[in-house]
Amino acid sequence: MSIEIRNVRKTFGDFVALDDVSVSVPTGRLTALLGPSGGGKSTLLRVVAGLEQPDAGTVEIEGRDATNLPARRRNVGFVFQHYAAFKHLSVARNVAFGLEIRRTPKAETAERVDELLRLVHLESFAHRLPSQLSGGQRQRMALARALAIRPSVLLLDEPFGALDAKVRKELRDWLRRLHDEIPVTTVFVTHDQEEALEVADEIVVVNEGRIEQVGSPDDLYDRPANDFVMGFLGPVTRLGGVLVRPHDVAVEVVAGDVETAGAPADDGAPGSVRGVVSRTTRVGFEVRAEVTTADEVVSVVVTRAEARTLGLEAGVAVRLTPAEGAPTAAAPREEAVGVG
Amino acid sequence: MADTSTVARTADGSRGVRYGLRALVVVYLVLLVGWPVSLVVRGAFADGLETLRTALSDPSVVFALQLTASVAVQVVVLNTLFGVGISLLLVRYDFPGKSLLNALLDLPLSVSPIVVGLSLVLVYGKDGWFGGTLESAGMQVIFAPPGIVLATAFVCLPLVIREVVPVLTEIGTDEELAATSLGATWFQTFRRITLPAIRWAVVYGVVLTLARALGEFGAVKVVSGNFEGRTQTSTLLVEQRYQDFEQGTAFAVAFLLASVSVACIVAVTFLRSDSPSSPKATS
Amino acid sequence: MTSTVAERPGRAARERRPAPAAPGRRRRTPNGPYRLTAASGLGLGVSLLWFSALALIPLVAVLVETSAGGWPAFVAAVTQPQTAAALTLTVTQALAVTAVNVVMGTVIAWVLVRDRFPGKRLVEVLIDIPFALPTIVAGLVLLALYGPSGPLGVDVANTRTAVFLAFLFVTLPFVVRSVQPVLAELDRDVEEAAASLGASRFTTFRRVVLPALAPAITAGAALSFARAISEYGALVLLSGNLPMRTEVGSVRILSYLENGQPAQAAAVASVLLLVSLLVIATIQLVQRRVARRG
Repeated sequence: MSIEIRNVRKTFGDFVALDDVSVSVPTGRLTALLGPSGGGKSTLLRVVAGLEQPDAGTVEIEGRDATNLPARRRNVGFVFQHYAAFKHLSVARNVAFGLEIRRTPKAETAERVDELLRLVHLESFAHRLPSQLSGGQRQRMALARALAIRPSVLLLDEPFGALDAKVRKELRDWLRRLHDEIPVTTVFVTHDQEEALEVADEIVVVNEGRIEQVGSPDDLYDRPANDFVMGFLGPVTRLGGVLVRPHDVAVEVVAGDVETAGAPADDGAPGSVRGVVSRTTRVGFEVRAEVTTADEVVSVVVTRAEARTLGLEAGVAVRLTPAEGAPTAAAPREEAVGVG
Repeated sequence: MADTSTVARTADGSRGVRYGLRALVVVYLVLLVGWPVSLVVRGAFADGLETLRTALSDPSVVFALQLTASVAVQVVVLNTLFGVGISLLLVRYDFPGKSLLNALLDLPLSVSPIVVGLSLVLVYGKDGWFGGTLESAGMQVIFAPPGIVLATAFVCLPLVIREVVPVLTEIGTDEELAATSLGATWFQTFRRITLPAIRWAVVYGVVLTLARALGEFGAVKVVSGNFEGRTQTSTLLVEQRYQDFEQGTAFAVAFLLASVSVACIVAVTFLRSDSPSSPKATS
Repeated sequence: MTSTVAERPGRAARERRPAPAAPGRRRRTPNGPYRLTAASGLGLGVSLLWFSALALIPLVAVLVETSAGGWPAFVAAVTQPQTAAALTLTVTQALAVTAVNVVMGTVIAWVLVRDRFPGKRLVEVLIDIPFALPTIVAGLVLLALYGPSGPLGVDVANTRTAVFLAFLFVTLPFVVRSVQPVLAELDRDVEEAAASLGASRFTTFRRVVLPALAPAITAGAALSFARAISEYGALVLLSGNLPMRTEVGSVRILSYLENGQPAQAAAVASVLLLVSLLVIATIQLVQRRVARRG
């Protein structure tokens, strides 16, 4: 295990950012710390980097106890959300910084900088200033800079958060491919579940200073440990007291008048509920329907073809059943959980 | 902050009002500043460069100019070191009493120079709190150049700080943290990252300090004793010569001082609004 | 639109306080202020030592020296006829000058920000000159036009007007440089909204612009007042320092000192010092109010 975090606790005044957190990060893999803003994931990352000191607990990096090591001795590469580019240095000098600090001989530094710039496709920008680069290019430079020192661990704090959607997607793919080429243990923080599901080998869900679940993307999506994880990783809706994914709800049109709608179906499968479609929306190839039952409004997603076959439209009485083998979680007591 | 669009948009009142205000401002400034200054400049060159040459041939004048210059340099060095240090502490660190210190550092700008001089005499004068001990140790402060340096340093104290602090606040800690994460020690980070980032602010602070130090009069008058050829600075010399009816010399030295000070301030104004490396340039 | 003069209370002092909530600014990572380490603690200690030795202790000494003689001695020194006259003159002239500055300073700032004409840069320089000039030179400069050999035939040397004039000269930049940046950043949309609702230009100025400028004007006025009562150099040659007639507070202090009466000197100095402290407190309060308004 590359990183071992044990019982780490961190407070800022009265605010508890991390509450007795323990997690192991596997070597050579791409791990995502996923969670809502303010949940503690950035704090956790910074504790690993040594940019924050935990109030309690230990951090081990590559088998060495790093808890009391200052950031500059931990040999971790850190990439900031807003690039933290050295504005007065050229791209090449930025990348070379860590090497110059270590008094690496000039020839070696130049070679390594060259290598890295080619890796991130910035070789023609070597002598430009960061202000002359786009956001995406600056972030690639920041990555090259962090990799230059051959870190044992690479940490990225919402690396694509400051970029616009298209660039974000591109860099996401690029990061995945980069990691395949250079399998340094990498941990990145994000609040975008799509990003985590797409890029990471393993996801750690962090919420309110605690770890909710650790697992592969499939694990988390198909076997969520609790309603929070389920709700955070994908759309959910509430059906008869459980949370299901809207596309995991089987829909049956039933004959019958409006009054019987909502009554628990005695002729259907266990857990099924009757209701009336109140609204349908067509989005791309999906049709989203809202069904009003006795207790709640359920969101259902079917394909266009299915909707056509069923004749799904407002006013139709239907029976809803959670699909066979679909992941569910106990629904929280409160208000209806919406789609997405 | 688009200055051009500001004017191009809504018509600020009728043209009459606009011209009226413009005229009022110009007349006011000409009467208060422009005309008087031009008269002095003319007076300094009334006999061409002769006035200046006579003035500079007087050894007391030369001494006064040298003393002023030497004091200014010492004050710049002291206050730059202190200023940068205290700015770093104020912006990057937290400690009890920080806001009080912040407010107190503004004090020298609002205190009368005579009060400054008096306060230093009370502490470092012969009968002062520390003065007696210092003098028996061979260090004379009041009525000697060290006192002049102290008095000038006092009045110039906040100038570097007020330039550096906003810049430090604006650039934030990201770059410094990045350097740390890459393995830099505190000193390496300071030298390679922090210092380059604040270099223009420091320059402005230094230039403003220089201008102020050259021109200090009241505080220096109190602490120096005004001994010609020993502790008489250029400003004190101007006063003395004028009162001795040697107006030519007084004007000449006054012009020298004024032109350096004004040049400093003007340079800072124009550099600041034009500089591309000013922190106001968005990255 | 930038200002050079260091004595701008608005920008520098406000940003001196590491802003916890700078509106609209991209918030940095939540670890800005570090806790003191051994090295920085030492640095702080040395800095505090220097600051105390240079400024704090001497200023305290003034207050101590004043209180040494107790309250009656203080009152006696301050109410001595010549001193009382000097202080009264100082305060009244300073107030008058501040009033003029509030108006003229705002007008000048307005013209600098909202108007465009050739030679505006020269105007900017003219405003900086009183701040740049050594005070003794300022006295000479004013004497050149308003003294015995002035081309206008006006001679205010050795009169009260000289005091007023000297104060006016040295305090010129304060309100201007305080108001200018605020005015430049003012959102014009609000004024346009007022116009669309039927407000005349003057009404808009009075009800929309002026309230927004009020804190800056106040801060500038406070600095202007403090500077005026502290002034010495510009007066020395111009006013003649005639006792009971054109003598100001700072001159009084100096003569007490030269006559070997440090306690009385300290007493008058304390009065001026207390006013300075009041000024700083006012400015801090104004800043805080403004910051809260966001």
